Parts: sequence; C-alpha cells; structure tokens
Amino acid sequence: MSGLLDRLLDGDHRALARAITKIENRMPGHRELVSSLYDHTGNAEVIGITGSPGAGKSTLVDKVAEHYRSQGLTVGVIAIDPSSPFTGGAVLGDRIRMASNVGDMDVFFRSMSARGSLGGVSIATADAVKALDAFGKDRIIVETVGAGQNEIDIVKTADTVTVLVQPGSGDDVQMLKAGILEIADVFVVNKADLDGADRTVQELNEMLQLRDDDGGRSSTGHHAGHHAESAEAVALQRTEAENGWMPPIVEAVATRGEGVEEYVDALDDHRAHLEATGELEAKARARYAEEIRTLLREDTAELLTEEIAAHGGIEELVAGVTAGETDPYEIADSVLAPIADCARQQRDS
Amino acid sequence: MSAEQTQRPIRCLVAKVGLDGHDRGAHVIARAFRDAGFEVVYSGLHRSPDEVVQAAVQEDVDVLGISILSGAHNTLVPKILDGLDEYGALDDTLVIVGGIVPDKDEDELRERGVSAIFGPGASMDDTIEFVRENAPKRE
Ligand code: B12
Ligand SMILES: Nc1nc2c(ncn2[C@@H]2O[C@H](COP(=O)(O)OP(=O)(O)OP(=O)(O)O)[C@@H](O)[C@H]2O)c(=O)[nH]1
Ligand SMILES: [Mg+2]
Repeated sequence: MSGLLDRLLDGDHRALARAITKIENRMPGHRELVSSLYDHTGNAEVIGITGSPGAGKSTLVDKVAEHYRSQGLTVGVIAIDPSSPFTGGAVLGDRIRMASNVGDMDVFFRSMSARGSLGGVSIATADAVKALDAFGKDRIIVETVGAGQNEIDIVKTADTVTVLVQPGSGDDVQMLKAGILEIADVFVVNKADLDGADRTVQELNEMLQLRDDDGGRSSTGHHAGHHAESAEAVALQRTEAENGWMPPIVEAVATRGEGVEEYVDALDDHRAHLEATGELEAKARARYAEEIRTLLREDTAELLTEEIAAHGGIEELVAGVTAGETDPYEIADSVLAPIADCARQQRDS
Repeated sequence: MSAEQTQRPIRCLVAKVGLDGHDRGAHVIARAFRDAGFEVVYSGLHRSPDEVVQAAVQEDVDVLGISILSGAHNTLVPKILDGLDEYGALDDTLVIVGGIVPDKDEDELRERGVSAIFGPGASMDDTIEFVRENAPKRE
C-alpha cells in the first residue's frame, strides 16, 4: 500500500492510474490512501467544465491541455460519462477528442463512468483530483455532462467552473435555467463558427443581467430546499456574487483552437479574483465541510446496514409493520437507540 | 464490510491503431462490451502505438482490445506490446486482437503476448465469455 503512494509521489504514471482505480472503486485501502494524499495536495488549480452533450467540452479540454503544455505546465484530466442504468456498462468516449497531446504522459487523461453507486461519483472525483494534485499536476480539468444535481456536485470539486454552451440549442437555455447558471464562473459559447452564436451570447448576457439585478441571488429561485444540506454551497454562491465577479463570456471554436487563449485568460482572472477576495479559502473550507459530511453519511449508512442485518434484516422488520405490530418510526428508534447511547457514553467519558 | 467491496466492472480499451479507417467492428464490440456490463474506453480512429499504450496505462484497463483490419498488425501490434512492457503493464493486461488477421500470422502474435484473436466470424457471446474468464483479477 505505502508502495503505491511512494511510487505515485515519485512520478510513476502507472501508480497514479492504479491509485485512481482504487479510489474510483472504493477498494480496500482507498481511505488510507486518500488520507495520506492530503499532505501532498493544494498545489493544483482545478477547473471544471460542464455543458450539454456534444457541446464540445472534450475538444476544448484537449486544446486547453495543449495550451498549458506549451507553457510548461503539467495537466490532469478527469472526464466523466454516464453509465447505462441497466447493465452498469458504459462507453466512455471523451478520450476520442484527445488528439493534440500524442504520447505526452504529462497530460494524464482518465475517463470515469458515473456509476449509480450511492451518489459516490462526486466524492470519487474529488479524491481522484487529490491523486492528480499529489502527483504534481499543475492544472486539473474535470469534464462532465451538465444534466443535473449530480453533475453540479461533481464540478464543485473545481475552484473555477466553466459552463459551455453551443449556439441554437433551446436545450442549453433550459439547462441554464435548471440551476447551472449559478455555478458558472466563466461561460464559453463554443462552435462560434456556427450560426446563432451571437444570439446565444446575447441571451446569456440577459440572463446574467437578470441574476445581477436579483442581488446575486438565483434568478429562478432554484436554491430553496434543493440543497438542504449544503448551506455552505449556497452561502458560497452568494458571497461570490457579492464579491463582484461577473462571469465573462468567451466565444470559441474549439476544433480550431480559437478562443482558447482568451478562455485561459478568463480562468486566470477568476483565479486571481478567488485569491484576492479570500474566496479560494472559503471554497476549500466549504469543500472540506461537504467532504466530512459525505464521509460520515457513507459510514453511518454502512453501520446502519449492519445493524439492520443484526435485527434480522429489512424484510423481517417490514413484516413487523405489515402485521401491525410496530411502525417504521418505532423501528428506526430501536435500531438507532443503542448506537446513540453508545456514542453519548463515549462522548461523556 | 459490504460497501468496501463494490464489484468493479471489467475495464476495457478498444483501440484503433494506424491508418486503418474501418471502425464498424470497433463500434460493434464497444457496444457489445458495454451491454455486457463492461466499462469501455474507445480510443477513436488513427491512433499511434504510443497513444494506445498511453491510453491503456492511464485508463488502467484490464483488457486492451486492438481492432485492426488494415493488414498492418505484424508491425503495429508488437509495438504496442513492447510499449506496455516498458510500463510493466504487459503481464497484467489481457491483450486481444480483432479484425482481419490471416491464420498464418496468428501464432506469431500469440507468441508475442496476444491472448486471442477474433475475426469476422467470431461469436459475440464467446468473445465476452473469453474476456470475463481471462481478464486479470486484481485485488
Ligand atoms: C465496410 C468495409 C469498408 C468501409 C469501412 C467503413 C467503416 N467506417 O468501417 C470502407 C468502404 C470505407 C472501406 C475502405 C477500405 N477498405 Co475495406 N472493407 C469493408 C468490409 C467489406 C467490411 C468491414 C466491416 O465493417 N465489417 C463489419 C464489422 C462489424 O466486422 P469487423 O470489422 O470484421 O469486426 C468484427 C470482427 O472482426 C471482430 N472485431 C473487430 N474489431 C475487434 C476488436 C476487438 C477487441 C474484438 C474482440 C473483436 C473485434 O468483431 C467484429 C464483430 O464480429 C471488409 C471486408 C470484410 N468482409 O471484412 C473490407 C476490408 C476490411 N477492406 C479492405 C480494404 C483493402 C479497404 C481499402 C484499403 C480499400 C481501398 N483500396 O480503398 C479502404 C481503406 C480505408 C481505410 N482508411 O482504412 C480489405 C482489407 C485487406 C487486408 N486487411 O488485407 C477488406 C478485408 C476487403 C478485402 N477482402 O480486400 N472498407
Ligand atoms: N463546428 C464546430 N464543431 C465543434 C466545435 N467544437 C467541437 N465540435 C464538434 O462537436 C462534436 C462533439 O464534440 P465533443 O468535444 O466530443 O463534445 P463534448 O461536449 O465533449 O461531448 P460529450 O462528452 O459527449 O457530452 C465533435 O464532432 C466536435 O468535432 C466547434 O467549435 N465548432
Ligand atoms: Mg466529452
């Protein structure tokens, strides 16, 4: 185990790949591994890219990676694709667009499937980012299709979130209304070579204007209740707006590498903004809080699964309810009570 | 501990190497593997042997499936095998080849480290079964 960590820190690409596998599959020993990575993280700038399917995210990632390499920076990429809800299988196709960095191991590209596993994709992503960070990658890019809350959680791994839209797609506007607008630090209108790019830029501008008039709050009122548990996340979005960051809109033709420089400049500007306002630290704190909560939720869920088994299994407990002998509330109390007692005793002693 | 032992799907890279533009077979295989519950990374067309090695290592796949119909298998496949070896990845990656490979070339490829070759007539079920049985078990 320590062998893997040492090799990773030593710059062994295969060890990095193995570590990510371990993390992704929550294999035995992954917790110790991730926890020993923490000492070596904090040096990478993490960029998230989301947007509708086929908008050109991977193509842009490829060109941005090339740009960073020309500046002598090393790059890690994690690209997340949906998996089939039926078989759990997946065809991960983002790698197809990686064509500008042939044979260059200093661009480390890893495809991940968004397995339906207990909502664990975002935590696996965050941990894989730590592996790349500890390895010494200067820039880490996380790509995911913008489809819902899961993806929003994934891109929150990033310090700077990019939302990429393509012209002439009503879908994109819908997506923005569904809560993705708030998480964007930078917009890219890609495929600016196609008709309608100007209109898309204009629509975005209008939306941002609305948001701004709203005092930095969501123009759609989408926050309420949606994210009951991450008050930090909501607070974060507000402070960001209050700190006066207006997401720039960059036009790009990713296939030709046009707009890449402007885009990277926008990322750098946002980074400078985060550092100047103390936002970077606030984000890190919010992420740690989320991480602690998520881990505890996972761990207690596991503990409770054991307890349910010890009580004869869920079927048996349900039988008690259907027979009218008890009810779900009573059962929950009685399963939890010994654990709660135990915790209190430990705390007091 | 239940959640610690979530079953890892078989991870597979389906790679097209060289100037070969025949990609129907690769698509068919990628989808069949997906439907079998595998996680499939598809390389896209026209990859150099180096790129295939880079992808296999970074993606940490259990299985590397090279699809080749161009007739250049005798030069390209060994380059990939050597590259894997350089990373110490040859021993625990199952390498299979599909496409058009004349019988006379099969033995040589097998000797170099290819585990199986599946031509146009191969049954999909047999192919999937072979991968399930021979994908390296990792702890
Ligand atoms: C369709 C076809 C084309 C299409 C390709 C379209 C496309 N996007 O794929 C077009 C018209 C473009 C084409 C062009 C050419 N073709 Co052509 N083509 C064929 C043809 C008729 C069928 C191939 C096919 O799609 N089969 C259907 C798929 C599903 O089958 P498959 O690819 O064999 O895959 C199966 C298995 O092989 C296996 N498999 C394949 N890959 C993998 C990978 C893994 C991991 C596994 C496990 C299994 C596996 O599983 C699949 C499902 O069973 C074959 C002849 C033939 N009958 O095979 C010639 C053939 C492959 N072509 C041939 C040639 C020469 C060419 C050209 C050079 C012709 C020319 N002079 O212009 C060009 C080259 C183009 C290029 N850039 O590479 C020759 C190759 C000769 C050789 N290898 O020695 C063949 C064999 C015809 C012949 N008998 O001469 N071709
Ligand atoms: N015309 C035009 N096409 C582009 C541009 N950028 C990307 N494309 C094309 O759009 C298609 C999808 O590009 P990808 O980079 O795979 O898009 P993606 O957003 O990563 O797609 P998913 O990961 O599948 O959601 C490809 O055919 C690209 O060549 C662009 O600037 N202009
Ligand atoms: Mg993509």
